[in-house]
Amino acid sequence: MFRWLVGTIALSMVATQALAADPAEIHVGYLGHSGVKSKLSLVEQPADNDGVAGARLAIEDNNTTGKFLNQHFTLEEVRLKDGEDVAKAATELAGRNDYIIADLPADALLRAADALRDRGTVLLNAGAIDDRLREQDCRANVLHVAPTRTMLADALAQYLVWKQWKRWLLVVGSHDRDKLYADALRRAATRFGAKIVQERTFEDTGGARRTDSGVTLIQRQIPVFTQQAPAYDVLVAADESDVFAAYLPYRTWDPRPVAGSAGLVPTSWDAAQDQWGAVQMQNRFMKLNSRRMTALDMQAWTAARMIGEATSRTNSGDPKKVFAFLKGADFSVAAFKGTRLTLRDWNLQLRQPILLVDGRMVVSVSPQEGFLHQVSELDTLGVDRPETKCKLQ
Amino acid sequence: MWRRCLLTGVSAWLAAITPASAFIAYVSNEKSNTVSVIDTDSWTVTRTIKVGQRPRGIEFTRDGKFVMVAVGDDDTIQVIDAKTQQIVDTLPSGPDPELFAQDAAGKIMYVANENDNTVTVIDLEKRARIGDIQVGVEPEGMTISPDGKMLINTSETTNMAHFIDTATRQIVANVLVDARPRFAEFKRDGSELWVSSEIGGTVSIIDPVKREVTGKITFDIPGLRREAIQPVGIGMTKDGKTAFIALGPANRIAVVDGASHKVTKYLLVGQRVWHMDFTPDEKYLLVTNGVSNDVSVIDVAAQKVIKTIQVGELPWGITIAKP
Repeated sequence: MFRWLVGTIALSMVATQALAADPAEIHVGYLGHSGVKSKLSLVEQPADNDGVAGARLAIEDNNTTGKFLNQHFTLEEVRLKDGEDVAKAATELAGRNDYIIADLPADALLRAADALRDRGTVLLNAGAIDDRLREQDCRANVLHVAPTRTMLADALAQYLVWKQWKRWLLVVGSHDRDKLYADALRRAATRFGAKIVQERTFEDTGGARRTDSGVTLIQRQIPVFTQQAPAYDVLVAADESDVFAAYLPYRTWDPRPVAGSAGLVPTSWDAAQDQWGAVQMQNRFMKLNSRRMTALDMQAWTAARMIGEATSRTNSGDPKKVFAFLKGADFSVAAFKGTRLTLRDWNLQLRQPILLVDGRMVVSVSPQEGFLHQVSELDTLGVDRPETKCKLQ
Repeated sequence: MWRRCLLTGVSAWLAAITPASAFIAYVSNEKSNTVSVIDTDSWTVTRTIKVGQRPRGIEFTRDGKFVMVAVGDDDTIQVIDAKTQQIVDTLPSGPDPELFAQDAAGKIMYVANENDNTVTVIDLEKRARIGDIQVGVEPEGMTISPDGKMLINTSETTNMAHFIDTATRQIVANVLVDARPRFAEFKRDGSELWVSSEIGGTVSIIDPVKREVTGKITFDIPGLRREAIQPVGIGMTKDGKTAFIALGPANRIAVVDGASHKVTKYLLVGQRVWHMDFTPDEKYLLVTNGVSNDVSVIDVAAQKVIKTIQVGELPWGITIAKP
């Protein structure tokens, strides 16, 4: 009996020690949508793991750090199938994870956020750029890592104005999101002193993306489409649907540069970004995924790193504490953009510089010099505090 | 009396024949793939040495005979003979070396390998790699405690100063600092370790015994946005009374009181000021200005910038021979 008792005590001691040595487990879910639309350019065709590949790298980075803090991070990926209930999928994923990184269209993101509201799970929006998610439709349990359309448009406008290319020919696609991007570009033109000399709409009449003799046809169509424009400096294209913008460069009637959805493109990240120590991360990404890093990969990386950063700063596996820290004044994250990234406390949008890229190189980084702001120059990009419609609830 | 008189006479004579500031500085130019050699007597570039790709970390060997420069894109460290100013050797550093530290005897070198999350240990005499230490993500800053017992490595994405026992080559402590720690420097008496955080915008003061952050230096420059203040290089006088901190794109060097940790002055230098080194007499401090492609010379006693010297493109690191 006595011997048995001693044995039990010894066993429980071992168990306690083992418990003490167990790392804090931080579980991160990734909720993406399936079905990648085909792109005009073959080289821009996203990989199946676009986005989640960045999150995976960040989880590795977090675990390298976590090794020293006895914290361990995991990632679980769920892809929604067409027609699948997003609220149900998000709730199930939240049952097994502390945070969810989401790459969802705006409406689906809102349904997921509202489904998780009562259980308090935090969503990190890595994919949707819609301003309304940070304005009238903002949610207190959603952080936005992806930049907004207005941030992207403002970043481009600042550069074009700095370059003295102030007369824009705006060409807008016929889909809703093209129109939203055009709204953001009009707003940017007004803010920074550019003038839209004319607007044209490019109707999507359907048809195949790839044909065997497509180039010949496009070469005839685009000059005709862009002729007889008033004098302009730059053609700005709003074509998020990727229907026509990629056809514009070198084919316009007047010899003018193209910007917006083709030519000089504003983006949160590019495979060519090599400043501020980014080469190390580009190399790590390449090693892990055998491909180059996209903007969506970077947004997901940043989201997972934000969780890692806040977890190491609070030294806590408690999502409530971590979320409070993320929203607090002391939070910032380094993401190879030459400056600390912080959250706008009025709508939980991540402040960030925007790269302007041409497909091969980073041409410039906005905010441009001379665009000043009383709080942070990063707030010259996008909807600022005095204009916000967001009431976090 | 007579003896003292003679001694004084001899030393006066010695001082007369040795120019006060005849030192040689080596500057790595990250974009030019060159090293500029500066004569601190004439304050001119006397030679430009072609080196490998992307030269950054640069340091004299302890015996002053060689200059080692990390050429990251060639995955090696090149060795320049200080006498002939020619490259004479390379060291097996591991991939993408950036900064390194040597032990007091000049026998062992520790290299931060950013791509590998490792610190590589090199036997300088045998020119051989003798070990690796796993550290955090993107190791960068490297320094050794004055007693030689502790190697400090900072990791830029993990945001820690790792304390590595030089005898066992094991990590014994990890101290969390602000974002993107770039550079680490001990006070000569070993009482404090300073770590600069580029993105965090602070310098952490760490107690090396307790191994915890005991204070933080912050910088506030009127008219300059907070994000532009990015501390990188640190230089401290031997007596520990004055420190100089390079603030990157703020284009300034902060002068900090070593005891109170208060900023006493900001010196305007060139654009994107990065690293620095003192002349051995501590009369001058030379700092590299990456974007303006020059080196500023600071008179340490007067705390004034007295000279600017054009070097190659994107000057990064600097080392001055210790006689």
